[in-house]
Amino acid sequence: MAYKLEFFMSKDYIEIRWHGRGGQGAITAAKIVAGAAFVSGYAGVVMAPTFGTERRGAPVMTSLKISRTKIYDLSPIETPDIVVVLDHLLLKEADVTHGLKPGGIIVLNTPMAFEFYHFKDYKLATADITAISVEAGLPHGMVNTGIIGSLEKATNLLGIDILIRGIEEEFRTRGPKKNSLAAKIAFERTVAGG
Amino acid sequence: MHMIENGNVAAALGVRRCRVNVIAAYPITPQTPLTERLSEYVEAGEMKAEYIPVESEHSALAVCIAASSAGSRVFTATSANGLLYMHEQVQWASGARLPIVMCVVNRAVGAPWNVWNDQQDSISQRDTGWIQIYCSDHQQIIDTVIKAYWIAEKVSIPIMVCYDGYILSHTYMPFDLPDQDKVDAFLPPFKPDYALNPDEPASLNTVTLPDVRVDVRGELAHGYMEIRYLLQEELRKTLAVAAEAEKRFGDIFGREGDPYLESYRTSDADYIAVGLGSLTYQLRVSVDALRKEGIKVGILGVRFYRPFPDEAVASALKGKKAVIVFEKALSYGYEGALASDLKSALYEHLAGTGALPAVQNYILGIGGREIHTDHLTQALRAAIQGSISKEPVWIGLKL
Repeated sequence: MAYKLEFFMSKDYIEIRWHGRGGQGAITAAKIVAGAAFVSGYAGVVMAPTFGTERRGAPVMTSLKISRTKIYDLSPIETPDIVVVLDHLLLKEADVTHGLKPGGIIVLNTPMAFEFYHFKDYKLATADITAISVEAGLPHGMVNTGIIGSLEKATNLLGIDILIRGIEEEFRTRGPKKNSLAAKIAFERTVAGG
Repeated sequence: MHMIENGNVAAALGVRRCRVNVIAAYPITPQTPLTERLSEYVEAGEMKAEYIPVESEHSALAVCIAASSAGSRVFTATSANGLLYMHEQVQWASGARLPIVMCVVNRAVGAPWNVWNDQQDSISQRDTGWIQIYCSDHQQIIDTVIKAYWIAEKVSIPIMVCYDGYILSHTYMPFDLPDQDKVDAFLPPFKPDYALNPDEPASLNTVTLPDVRVDVRGELAHGYMEIRYLLQEELRKTLAVAAEAEKRFGDIFGREGDPYLESYRTSDADYIAVGLGSLTYQLRVSVDALRKEGIKVGILGVRFYRPFPDEAVASALKGKKAVIVFEKALSYGYEGALASDLKSALYEHLAGTGALPAVQNYILGIGGREIHTDHLTQALRAAIQGSISKEPVWIGLKL
């Protein structure tokens, strides 16, 4: 896991692309990370969902750009540093690694073991967020807070504490503790390497 | 207080801060989340306003016209075909000199059906006698809504606050939410000279004859032509009022800029890119890249489009080698409306001075076609290298 810090220490501009299904809450997850990045001193955060064709269950994407300075280019991410995949079955439906920079990180919610996957040129982090979320007391299929724990474990980007605060704030009227617990368990159990 | 939200929420918060009394709107993508948010504020009692659901955009503006005539501060918002369906009432609102503020969340017009961003909707309403202001980010959206009420009520002319659908309306970014007490200090309650009142009944905007005539009080009343002349005169004078608004806003909120134009690296530039809305921010990335190669290029973002700040535009472009106008709309059968307006201003102020720049017009992003930053850079480079065409050139066309 030594790659984590090297990967980001020199970066003032980080692009994260989120792949999920309509209704899975990828936008909310990206928004929580955006908020945590902003309060951590990233003056520029821009989160842009795919536009106009969202349907429940259909593959959707969200772009999150994080920068030390104001972001003027609102166009979609073409060469992400990180891709977050909320459903492993999307690997068969969408080209999730499209444009991913060499050495980039894939954060994947999957019931399969880490060893099951082989991504050439990329680093991988996996956890069974679907099971972890149920363990944390969330309804089956709610994975958008757990995945934030995996993202942090894989990248060491913002620190888990600030993300936990962001999750509890976002879900303050909708089970804040269960959601933050899912992220904490995911943070502990995520297997990362590559 | 800083917050991270989408552009529609920035607009809704601006409307709420302005203590609007009456909202009438019909939902249309990508405007829908804005009016939904306002209805939630009203339902929760967080906004003391009447939210009037209507069956069409035409009725939405009709309700706003009536409520504004009765002395209320009113708001509506729409996009694309909704704005086109409103068109008859759009003309009425300016003719009736009502200070209505409307957000236009820019979207392509049908046919064919398309819900994505371009600016054909508001550009097609250019000649309706409304003030039009274009925003490039969420801070500009919320600040412009607040300034718009002050300007509109000062000059009794309605204002369209235009921002790009999806690119701004659905994208999240940080912005400062102005404090309520500062907004209250900036924007006094709306007190029109006359408001419809059952105790003092009046007929407004009834048949007005081609010539002047003596009215029931025995006073010489304006004919239609005088009323329309005054709309034009007072629209032109609105440029000075906008400068006053900007100064006043800066004094209270500490954010102040040029009221009409937003310049980026223009002072020493030989070449200037011109556009409306979020595109002018994306262009900054291209300009920075070209500057690294030593090419002196800058950007002029037109914020105030109507009334057109012709003098400021001509002054900013005087002596430049080329002006490159990027547009997400066009006057079909000729060229981009902004390019035509800009050429008119250049001719008016610079003809015969030897300081007239060449003008290249690009059309792009129509119906939400993705605008790649490297395409913008290539287009700028082509024009800078002397490729100036008579007809507008379409960027990203796949024919």
